[in-house]
Amino acid sequence: MIDLTARDREMLSGRDGAATALAMRVLVRSATLMGAESLLDIRSAHIDGCLYHGQASLDFVERLVDGGGKVRVPTTLNVGSLDLIHPELFRGGEAVQSQARRLMQAHVELGCESTFTCAPYQGRNRPQFGEQIAWAESNAIVFANSVLGARTNRYGDFMDLCAALTGRAPCCGLHVTENRLGQVLFALQDFPLERAGRDIYFAALGLLAGKHAGARIPVFDGLPTDTSEDELKALGAACATTGAVGLFHAVGITPEAPTQSAAFGGRPPPQTLRVSRADLDQTRATLSTARSGDRLVAVSVGTPHFSLAEFDQLLGLLDEQQAKPSIDFYVNTSRFILWELEQAGKLRRLHERGITVVTDTCTYITPVMRQTRGLIMTNSGKWAHYAPANIGVEVAFGSLRECVLSALRAEVVFDAP
Amino acid sequence: MTPHDAPVTRWPAAAVVTGQGSGQALLMEQPLSFWGGYDAARGCIVEAHHPQLGANLAGRVMLMASAKGSSSSSSVLAEAIRNGTGPAAIVMREPDLIVGLGCIVASELYGCHVPVLVVSSDDWRELVQRAQGRPGLWHVQAPESGAGEVRVVG
Repeated sequence: MIDLTARDREMLSGRDGAATALAMRVLVRSATLMGAESLLDIRSAHIDGCLYHGQASLDFVERLVDGGGKVRVPTTLNVGSLDLIHPELFRGGEAVQSQARRLMQAHVELGCESTFTCAPYQGRNRPQFGEQIAWAESNAIVFANSVLGARTNRYGDFMDLCAALTGRAPCCGLHVTENRLGQVLFALQDFPLERAGRDIYFAALGLLAGKHAGARIPVFDGLPTDTSEDELKALGAACATTGAVGLFHAVGITPEAPTQSAAFGGRPPPQTLRVSRADLDQTRATLSTARSGDRLVAVSVGTPHFSLAEFDQLLGLLDEQQAKPSIDFYVNTSRFILWELEQAGKLRRLHERGITVVTDTCTYITPVMRQTRGLIMTNSGKWAHYAPANIGVEVAFGSLRECVLSALRAEVVFDAP
Repeated sequence: MTPHDAPVTRWPAAAVVTGQGSGQALLMEQPLSFWGGYDAARGCIVEAHHPQLGANLAGRVMLMASAKGSSSSSSVLAEAIRNGTGPAAIVMREPDLIVGLGCIVASELYGCHVPVLVVSSDDWRELVQRAQGRPGLWHVQAPESGAGEVRVVG
């Protein structure tokens, strides 16, 4: 039986209103299912509830709004089905559009911040090392746990919002120190060190590792010492696409893995897999049937949402080539990054180069792209994995550099054979 | 109708989400992700390579060893239960939060109490054999006490 505090029982009793009581009931029932013996305090929440999956999605949030619900901790929102900043980009039906808009608005009425990003860790107030949080969205979860050393389980629909409304989460899983040790070692043999074009190898490694790791905690040994946050973002997002990975360690890079031994708690790795560059090239090839020279209709990058550093790289590549893409080139990002781009005068430069910036949503979950028949190129492992089923496109999978070169020629350009 | 002397077999099961439900068994030969795998509007499994492609879960006792896929599956399952295209009960070998949560939310929002139960590996093997054998009516009970039961008549 779960051990509740006096405060937990008060919330359960309805003293804080019907919405809090409902949230607490769902939380306690779920915590019991997870085998937790108590709840713990959280410092922030990230909610993945703004994508419309049918009437039940909306009914749940409306019930909480009607019951006077308000979040008790700083709470950010994941992407929705609409770009509220650029509504003209939406190419879907009106009924879905109005339900989706209401779903996003109802979350704001509960006190959530209208961030609408899958990369809340790129905003202000990112979680501190060791902080207990309740986050949803697989890439945000893996980034918060792995790169920041904050602690969250893999929360999702309903649970994330119940945690936000009560400020509590089940004390189990990745919230607990002893459950955070590595479980499988990926020993990297000859991971590319030169910066240009290596982004794609982080995505490929993530896809490969997620498949082998399943729900275990992977440890990567042999990544470049100058691995950037954006590269870790790509790695984690891809891991969480093909596996149920909520946390990884990168030896010498992420905060809970100063050494390989520390990552495994001083024990030998239960399993070791060696990964060569050739293995990663093979993973790349399985995601993409495209060959150099194939006609391309569009490029989409920014899954997870593009950071300022990534925009700088993109502008650098475009400047280097002194040319303008001849096909649609989409970049997904958050409205906060958009505003920063605007203030720095970079948005104008992007527009001059024909780049379409999409905010609040993502090109693979909602109809915003003008062309979805034909080949679309991305550097995102997550996009490459989900887009074919979600929006019926064919994918070419290449680095950001390859995406830019391909967009200029309207045909696939791969650096290496 | 089942004759009153029809054979009855019982298996103990842990109640993960309370409720009760009856119907014919529908065995998932592979895990199903409700998100992207079940059309809650039409009541039909749509995952392209799933062995039960096209099957309707409505009114069935769904047997699924373990779950897989996106956490958005909770919403799709809750929507299916609301819409009458969800199963009458779910019996699993491994408990799963995403499946449980879909049923918990449907019970809280709509008062539709679709139970989720978990059985031991040995009992799971027997249940699978029974589901693949002669037809029968499956009764599933998941009480507050946690000591649930799967009972098959016929």
